Amino acid sequence: MSKILLLQGNQAVVEGAIAAGCKFFGGYPITPSTEVAELLAERLPLVGGKFIQMEDEIASMGAVIGASLTGKKVMTATSGPGFSLKQEFIGYACMAEIPLVIVNVQRVGPSTGQPTSPSQGDVMQARWGTHGDHWLIALTPASVPECFEVTMRAYALSEKYRVPVILLMDEVIGHMREKIELPDNYDNIPQPERKLPTCPPEKFNAYATDESLVPPMPPFGSGYRWHVTGLVHDETGFPKGTGTATVASTDRQYHKLYDNLDDIVQVENYKLDDAEYAVIAFGGAARTAYDSIDRARAEGLKVGLLRPITIWPFADKQIKELASKVKGIMVHELNRGQYVLEVERTVAGKIPVASYCKYDNEPATPAQLLAEIKKAMGL
Amino acid sequence: MKQELRLSGTGGQGLILAGIILAEAALLDGKLAIQSQSYGPEARGGSSKSEVIISDNVIHFSKVTEPDLLLAMSQEAANKYSNDLKPDSILVTDKLFVTELPAKHTGKTYELPITHSAKDVLGKSLFANIIALGALVKITGIVSEASLEKAVLNRVPKGTEDANRRALQVGRDLV
Repeated sequence: MSKILLLQGNQAVVEGAIAAGCKFFGGYPITPSTEVAELLAERLPLVGGKFIQMEDEIASMGAVIGASLTGKKVMTATSGPGFSLKQEFIGYACMAEIPLVIVNVQRVGPSTGQPTSPSQGDVMQARWGTHGDHWLIALTPASVPECFEVTMRAYALSEKYRVPVILLMDEVIGHMREKIELPDNYDNIPQPERKLPTCPPEKFNAYATDESLVPPMPPFGSGYRWHVTGLVHDETGFPKGTGTATVASTDRQYHKLYDNLDDIVQVENYKLDDAEYAVIAFGGAARTAYDSIDRARAEGLKVGLLRPITIWPFADKQIKELASKVKGIMVHELNRGQYVLEVERTVAGKIPVASYCKYDNEPATPAQLLAEIKKAMGL
Repeated sequence: MKQELRLSGTGGQGLILAGIILAEAALLDGKLAIQSQSYGPEARGGSSKSEVIISDNVIHFSKVTEPDLLLAMSQEAANKYSNDLKPDSILVTDKLFVTELPAKHTGKTYELPITHSAKDVLGKSLFANIIALGALVKITGIVSEASLEKAVLNRVPKGTEDANRRALQVGRDLV
C-alpha cells in the first residue's frame, strides 16, 4: 500500500534517508536545509536512531564520521556557510574512506549571502572544497519524488564505494512542495549493506582490498581493531610516509570510483533523440529547462535536455556523446558559470558551448531560457 | 488546464499554509499541484508570497509567471506582486490592509473584509487565511468545496475544526 502526499524536497530527503536505514544525524540547522534536521529530529528516535544538534558544522561532520564507524548509516545537512566548515572533515572521510551522506541545500553565497534564495553556486565546491587530490560523489535531484529516490541511491553508492556522497540540492527543489507517492512503510525496501571482513579479527588488515578496490569495513566494537587516520596509510591502516604509499592510496581512491562510472554516473535525456540543439541543466534549473524545451518543440525547434543527476564524477562519456550528435549545447545553471567549465573541457571545441547563467535570486522563467536558446541557435 | 495562484501578504498571516492547503485540496481532487514560496530572512513581517500551480498535466516550472489570481493581504504585497497580472487575472485584496489598488490592473477585483471578518465573526485575526481560501475557491472553483474542507481539516490543530469550517463559510459568504 502507498500514500499520496504533498511534500517538500527536503522532507522527501528525510523519507529517503529513513527508507535507506539512516540511523544517525548530526547537524546544525541552517536555511534552506533546516527542514531536514527538523524532521529527522522527529523521525529518527521512532526508528531507533539518534539525532544530535551539534555546536557547529565542524563538530557535526565529526559526529557523523564517528557514527558511521560504528556501522550506522548517517546524514548531516547544511547550506553554503556550513558546507564550507565541513570541508576539512570531508577530506578526512575521503582519506579514511568513511561512508556518509551530506546534504547541501545551496543558497546564494559566498559567506551568508542570500539565505532564502536559490543558487547552484557550490558545484565546484562540492568537487574541490576540501584540499588535495580526492574523489567523491555528488548527486542532484530535480523533483520531490526524485529527492526520495536519489537519497536512497546516495546511501547505496556511499556504502558500496566507502565514500562521502554529497546530495547537492538547491532551494527550488528543497522547498518546493509537490506530489509524491510513498509506501506506507519501508519494511520491504532493500537496504544497502556495508561489506564486512570475512577473515578473523587477528588477520584483519583494515585497508586490504580485493579487485573491487573497496576495503571491507567492520563496525567499531565488533572485535576488529583498526587505526583510522587522515594521514596517508598503507593497508594496515597505519601511517606510511613513502611515495609508494601515497601513489597506492591516491590511485586506489581514484580507481575505486572512476573504474565504475557506468554504475555511478546517471543522466536523464529529455527529448534528445532527434535534437539538433541541447540544453544541459540540473536540479532547480532543469525545471525551467523542461518547460523551455516543450515550448521550443511547440515552435518546431528540435531542442532537447540532458539532465545530469550525478554531478560528480562528471558525465564525460554522456556529454562527449551528446557533442557528437547535436550542433550546439547551452548550459543553464543558477550561478556565474561553473558546470559549463567542465562541459567546455569535455566538448573541447568540437561544437559551440553557450552559457546562460542566472544569479539574481530567482530561477530563470521558461520564456527567458527559451529566448537565450534561440539566441544561441542564431534564430 | 493549468491555473496559477499567488497568495501574498506579510510574514505571519498564514499564507504559506494557505498555499499548502490549496495544493493538497487539488491532490484530493486528483489533480497535480506545486506549491512554492519566497520570503525574506525575517521570521515575521516582511513580504511573504506563496504560489500554487494546479494542473491536470505535469508541472515543470514551479513559479507563477502568469497569475490567474492574486490574493494581496498587505499594501506592500499588492504593489510588489501585481506587476505580472494579465487583463483577465482576478485580484482579491484584504480591505483592511490594501487601500490603494494597483493602478495598472484592469481585471476583476474583489475588495473583501477578510481580516475584519476574522476578528468580528470568529474573534481572531488568525482565521484570515482560511477565510481567504473560502472566498477564493468560491470565486475560482479551482478545487472542490469538499476537498478544500478536507484539506483544511487535515492541517489545522485538533479542536479547531468547527471554527475553521465556520471560517470557510465566512469566506464563501464574502463573495
